[in-house]
Amino acid sequence: MALSTEESGRLAALLGGQAERVTTRWTEIVTSSLRGRLSQAELRRQVEDLHRAIVATGQHGEIDLASENAAELRAALTELSRGRARQGFSATETTISIFALKDVLAELVQEAGGATALHDFVAFSKLVDEMGLFTFESFVRTRESLIADQAEQLLELSTPVVKLWEGVVAVPLVGTLDSARAQVVMERLLQTLVDTGSPYAIIDITGVPAVDTQVAQHILKTVVAARLMGADCIISGIRPQIAQTIVALGIEFGDIATKASLADALRHVLRLSGVETARRQPRRGV
Amino acid sequence: MERVPILKIGDILLVSIQLDMSDQTAVQLQEDLAERIVDTGCHGVIIDITALDIVDSFVGRMLSTIASISKVLDAETVVVGMRPAVAITLVELGLSLNGIRTALNVERGMELIAAAHADELDYQLDDDPDAETASS
Amino acid sequence: MTAGIDLGQPQAQSVRSDEDVVRVRQLVRAVAVAVKLSLVDQTKVVTAASELARNTLVYGGGGSVEVTTVDNGRRKGVRIVFADSGPGIADLNLAMTDGYTSGGGLGLGLSGSRRLVDEFEIETSPETGTRITVTKWSR
Repeated sequence: MALSTEESGRLAALLGGQAERVTTRWTEIVTSSLRGRLSQAELRRQVEDLHRAIVATGQHGEIDLASENAAELRAALTELSRGRARQGFSATETTISIFALKDVLAELVQEAGGATALHDFVAFSKLVDEMGLFTFESFVRTRESLIADQAEQLLELSTPVVKLWEGVVAVPLVGTLDSARAQVVMERLLQTLVDTGSPYAIIDITGVPAVDTQVAQHILKTVVAARLMGADCIISGIRPQIAQTIVALGIEFGDIATKASLADALRHVLRLSGVETARRQPRRGV
Repeated sequence: MERVPILKIGDILLVSIQLDMSDQTAVQLQEDLAERIVDTGCHGVIIDITALDIVDSFVGRMLSTIASISKVLDAETVVVGMRPAVAITLVELGLSLNGIRTALNVERGMELIAAAHADELDYQLDDDPDAETASS
Repeated sequence: MTAGIDLGQPQAQSVRSDEDVVRVRQLVRAVAVAVKLSLVDQTKVVTAASELARNTLVYGGGGSVEVTTVDNGRRKGVRIVFADSGPGIADLNLAMTDGYTSGGGLGLGLSGSRRLVDEFEIETSPETGTRITVTKWSR
């Protein structure tokens, strides 16, 4: 797929010889495709960077996108696709910036003419295709890592564990719970119990629109794990529809305390710990 | 074979498991503990597993057995300091540690034992007709 | 803790005594840490390894454990093979049932460890003994 040394030399000469004209034409074509969402100056700078990288690589000998030689060119392409991905451009809008070079090359080759014109144009085209694919790949990679980052941030944001009272922590769950999130909640809640030395935890599901078997299982497992560690969990904010689902699914909540609201749950916990302190005082008489 | 040390603090025996126990060490601890409960007449046993990074079914069974033995010997056992990852794994494994009382840390464990012991003292006082007349 | 462990190579550990079960746990933990399993997943796979290595010792009459790292391109993981040349498992379905035991344990070894790992394969026969392969993937 690589361009031979002669082809590269001719490409570099072709592009380098009329640098000003090439970048202007290239910028023009790209501008029309992006419908003014990027400033002319910004675009021109990007195109000039790419142009410089191609000419520099071509002057060094054969152009092979995978080789050591093309590191600068790859860096320029990666930077372009990363920038576009972050700014929210589509994959087409990004790769078209590369494919536009083909139009420019076609005009140049036609003008120059000569015996090798057709052969050269095919070879150059192949290189442009390769650059386009490379750009597309790194565009996708950038988008994927953006999505992964956002998913992680969402996970962080959506599972706060708050201290409600001395010895009482609560997790107000908001939004749909999937397995991954339920697991994060479970681990964070249990860790908070250890860190704060709190023997009571309230899991408030007022903000959870629906509960399926899996989510219910996760909540149950959390409660059992907390018990193994020596803490008690209370579930609050079960909405009527959810109560119906739980019963319909045949999920056994057993002896786990459930309360209508967070306030009820807190009152229940305070009474529990209150009873404990009262019991410690000696009871005389009956 | 290594042995797990047993400390006596007031009326409580404290066992802090610091090493990755072989099964033999676990069985040895079970025996040592029964002997110490009888020797000292302590009414509480605290087993601190903060340092254990796993509890498998063998160690789980040992904890249950210790709890049952000490109950027979009139001592209350509390297992303290179980790590969250260990608790989650035990739930998945299906081990429920029935009959074992647990607490988050040594301090809470001591409170539990003190409360259980106080209840028992109350009960004895309630039962004693002399105490009843003396207080009224 | 991972010092001295060449992750490209399978790590073997014979299981002949109690102490060997402890060594299996330590080996599995070191590899699990090296492939960056989460703390909970480390704990799960080490617990499963402990159960299965004890089975190899108690029911298989001793055997060997081999720990390798695996990579499916997207995720890394730990794969552990427990092999013994013991009498095999007569009724596999029964042995996989929660609470069933032939050896005075709690009966959670096989069924419980299957829940702790992502992949669980078992081959058993009276002639060749028992071979269990488990895999845990990083998330």
